[in-house]
Amino acid sequence: MSVSLDIRLKRANKVYHEGERVSGVLLVNSRDALQHQGVSLSLEGLVNLQLSSKSVGVFEAFYNSVKPIQLVSSNMEVVKPGKIPAGRTEIPFEFPLQAKGNKVLYETYHGVFVNIQYTLRCDMRRPLLAKDLSKTCEFMVHCQPQKSKLQPNPVEFSITPETLQNVRERSSLPRFLIRGHLDATSCAVTQPLTGELVLESSEVAIKSIELQLVRVETCGCAEGYARDATEIQNIQIAEGDVCRGLSIPIYMVFPRLFTCPTLETTNFKVEFEVNIVIILQDDHLITENFPLKLVRV
Amino acid sequence: MASVQWHSRARKYEAEVQMCRLEVSAVDFSDYHPLKAITVTDSKARRGGRKGSTSSSSSSSSSVVLDPLSSMLDGSDPLSLFAAVSQTPALPHSISLGRKRREKEEEVGSDFEPWSSKRGEILSRFTTTEKLSINLFMGSDKSKASSPSSAVSEKVRTRLEELDDLEEGSQRELLNLSQQDYVNRIEELNQSLKEAWGSDQKVKALKIVIQCSKLLSDTSVIQFYPSKFVLITDILDTFGGLVYDRIWSMCADPHPLPESFSADDVNDTAKETCLNWFFKIASIRELVPRLYVEAALLKCNRFLTKSGIQETLQRLTAMIRGIGDPLVAVYARAYLCRVGMEVAPHLKDSLNKNFFDLLATFRQIHGESVQNQLAQQRVEIPIYLTLYSPAIHWILQCVAYRAPEDYINCAEIWVEFTCRHFTKREVNTILADIIKHMTPDRAFEDAYPQLQSVIKKILPHFHDFSVLFSMEKFLPFLDMFQKDSVRVEVCKSIMEVFIKHQQEATRDPVILNALLHICKTMHDSVNALTLDDEKRSLSLLINGFIRMVSFGRDFEQQLSFCVEARATFCNLEPVIIHLIHTVNQLAMETRCVMKGNHSRKTAAFVRACAAYSFITIPSLTSIFNRLNLYLLSGEVALANQCLSQADAFLKAAVSLLPEVPRTISIEGKQRSSEPFLLDFINNFLSTLLVVPDHPEQGVLYLVRGLLNMVQDYTWEDNSDAKIRVYISALPLLAAMSQESYLYTIPKVDSNETLYGGDPKFIAEINKLCETLIGQVLDHLKGLGRDEGVRRQGSLAFSLFGCLLAHGDLRNNKLNQLAVNLWNLSHKHGFCDTRTSVRTLEYIKHQAQLADLSHLSDMTARLSLQSRT
Repeated sequence: MSVSLDIRLKRANKVYHEGERVSGVLLVNSRDALQHQGVSLSLEGLVNLQLSSKSVGVFEAFYNSVKPIQLVSSNMEVVKPGKIPAGRTEIPFEFPLQAKGNKVLYETYHGVFVNIQYTLRCDMRRPLLAKDLSKTCEFMVHCQPQKSKLQPNPVEFSITPETLQNVRERSSLPRFLIRGHLDATSCAVTQPLTGELVLESSEVAIKSIELQLVRVETCGCAEGYARDATEIQNIQIAEGDVCRGLSIPIYMVFPRLFTCPTLETTNFKVEFEVNIVIILQDDHLITENFPLKLVRV
Repeated sequence: MASVQWHSRARKYEAEVQMCRLEVSAVDFSDYHPLKAITVTDSKARRGGRKGSTSSSSSSSSSVVLDPLSSMLDGSDPLSLFAAVSQTPALPHSISLGRKRREKEEEVGSDFEPWSSKRGEILSRFTTTEKLSINLFMGSDKSKASSPSSAVSEKVRTRLEELDDLEEGSQRELLNLSQQDYVNRIEELNQSLKEAWGSDQKVKALKIVIQCSKLLSDTSVIQFYPSKFVLITDILDTFGGLVYDRIWSMCADPHPLPESFSADDVNDTAKETCLNWFFKIASIRELVPRLYVEAALLKCNRFLTKSGIQETLQRLTAMIRGIGDPLVAVYARAYLCRVGMEVAPHLKDSLNKNFFDLLATFRQIHGESVQNQLAQQRVEIPIYLTLYSPAIHWILQCVAYRAPEDYINCAEIWVEFTCRHFTKREVNTILADIIKHMTPDRAFEDAYPQLQSVIKKILPHFHDFSVLFSMEKFLPFLDMFQKDSVRVEVCKSIMEVFIKHQQEATRDPVILNALLHICKTMHDSVNALTLDDEKRSLSLLINGFIRMVSFGRDFEQQLSFCVEARATFCNLEPVIIHLIHTVNQLAMETRCVMKGNHSRKTAAFVRACAAYSFITIPSLTSIFNRLNLYLLSGEVALANQCLSQADAFLKAAVSLLPEVPRTISIEGKQRSSEPFLLDFINNFLSTLLVVPDHPEQGVLYLVRGLLNMVQDYTWEDNSDAKIRVYISALPLLAAMSQESYLYTIPKVDSNETLYGGDPKFIAEINKLCETLIGQVLDHLKGLGRDEGVRRQGSLAFSLFGCLLAHGDLRNNKLNQLAVNLWNLSHKHGFCDTRTSVRTLEYIKHQAQLADLSHLSDMTARLSLQSRT
């Protein structure tokens, strides 16, 4: 006897906003008629916080992971106990997406120490001797577009040995000059990060130029907090000893799920930065950091 | 006054000339200039120098015949410019043409050489015997795929197993592959890709593609790189096709998408899938694979937005700038151009951008990195450069595809560069190339201004037309100008340059043939609607050409050229006239060469010249042109001892006289023809002096004929023209009765010799004079009334002057007649007193001469105060 249970959301992109109805169908496929003791559906939104082992003791980190924050939670019975006929059965459902109490529905975000996730879970209880069936499905929540208009605010940069910090032996550095700009550091999360970079001169050949997208997650509160920066992705924009004086485009798409509008709450923060990383042939590594503010427009 | 007896005064022309001659002095040659005021200095001692000074000036060297007015205007006057502008209302046509093209531009036509035909050539050309390696690193994908479907061949299965191994995040390097092994391995990867896709392992499929693309950033065994590119882009093509078809099939429910679907026709699920692919690709770490994979999926942008393809092409084009290795970069560009052409051949911008970026980064080739690499691999620069040729060739083919407009705009510039710095060989190559590009679809029709400009740029660099026309593509290039007005414009500009710069007359058959062709084109454009100005300017140019044709001493060739030219340019009267002048000149040159003594052969030749003129003149419409040319040709014939031909010309002129209309149109206005006719007749009369009488005709046959015509001609009412002709005939007749004529033609016996002063001949002349005077006097009588008196006075004075100069006034009757005429002319006081006074003074002066002493008596009888 094979039975399958599936949740199909109406929206292909599975993106919903607060106040909207999450609608779709439960899909039951069964070769024979199916006896059950009720089908229920639950919707839950959770913020999971975790402290890194770096910021606290390993032991502490293991046990003291911060309690999850529930943003939304609701439950309903979709089908009363009874029988589902053989074949394909579609059971439509609809859930209002409403935050719990005075909570806010943060955007879906998959990080390392912070995870914001919304799921639909369907459970079919079945009589003895038959396993209960269950299926979960993640859907995405986007917050409403922020009112404030984005001001394109280009940021010029110029990198030479003199502009660098954290240099051990400045005198051993080869001469180079890299100029460029980012079109904005306050970015719409749906739009790519753009800009230009020109290698004006360099004594040493270039090996690679990369854009490193970094998430900075902060957990905790005033008494003590952990702040960790980890790489989301690394995008190479130049490979090999590029032509001098020719502008190279800076272009990076913000990955879905792994980025969200910059978030600051009492318990945690999610921020983003981009590093322009220049690797020289002699493996010198030059990094220029730009904090980003991501918004949804 | 019933009859007057005429006696011509005997003249001693030599003596008279000696007496009248101004004192002339020679001028140094170096000082000589025809426009320079001649300063006459001391004279008598140097009288002999005169001859030299006059003849030296005859050979003016300037060959420019351009009308100074039109050349001021730079060839085109503002009015015809306006006309040219108003002649191009072809706009609606070109718009509809543009629309038609746009409909077709979404796909590449069969006139584009497809990639598939290049593929094999590259694979067979770029080979290696060195060992190759494939380095695959499949990353750490945790979602272990289900086992591949069972239908996979044994070989592929082992390959897939190898790949499966790789999926654990390990790295596998296949070393020491021969070229054939390499090809096989890549083909296996292609198969595994299809298998993975078929078994729904999309992520694995993508990984294979990414790993393969990565191989393209590796330039070890560099001489194999073009072939590697071919093999790996095959895989990319496969992948692009699979993804596109998959998304396409997602939209097939309920109806398959139409071929020309838009993003609006695509359902959300398909869009989401497509978007997912793009997000996945956007996160590929390395530049080269990210670029290639996104390029492979270019077509999928159609599912999302209308402008997606264009934006992506632009972005990817810019992205290639990040590739440091020039060889890797140029092949990436070639691939991008290739997928761009397949999906959107009308998007020229990014194709061009690719080309210009390629030029901008070309210096990378000589950079240190490349040099080091070549040294390491022991590859010589010339070999290395050949590796670029398939890619650059492909890019150029894409850029040039259906780009006649872009093309011609560039060619127009390049041609100038070529003209300046290279020889005719290279210019010829460019012309050939332009022809090749502009001929399909009659693309030249839209590019006349540019093509014209090409010609204008070439001309200033080729003043030597033998070089210009020896470019075998020059005339075929001209053939592209198929719109008459443009064609003629171009021909004109060529002729203008020719006339301006051709220094010496030429007989170069290449030049002659080509220019004859060009002139014929100009001539053939003339039709009933052609403006007179246009005809004039065309004629001017053609005449300029004819003037520059010289076969040297080969006069017969020259004549046959004129025959040909006459046939070719029969519609342009000024050209025909010019040809007649040319032939006459030819006859005179022949005479000059023979020093006046024609051999049998040259005699026949000059007769042929005369025949040419004789049969050409009647084709002219302007009657005065005909008359003047008859006279001129008659004179030339006479000078060449062609008596019967001369007779024929003069007779033809005489018999043409009655046809002269009373009014003729001059520059659009109707004018009386009388002054012109009088001029002509006077000119004619002066020629008649040297024309010997025809042995079979009566004495003074032509003079009589002329006078008869004058008598019968319907002159204007109240006109004295006829009488003036009669008066003018008297000096001729007087001159004819001299023993020795005022002028003769060498080697031609004129009446002076024929009759040798025979009294009968003299009597005949006198009789004729008397008749004429009788006619004049009758006329004078008729004018006695009313308004006629003024004309009467003037005519009487004319006749008086004539008698004074040419009559023998020792004869009492003539003397009396002269006195009467004087009095008649002064009778009504319309006479110009100053003239009368000066005439009297002249007579008194003459009377001092020994043989004219009788005039002193007469002066006594000529009074000035007849004003009563």
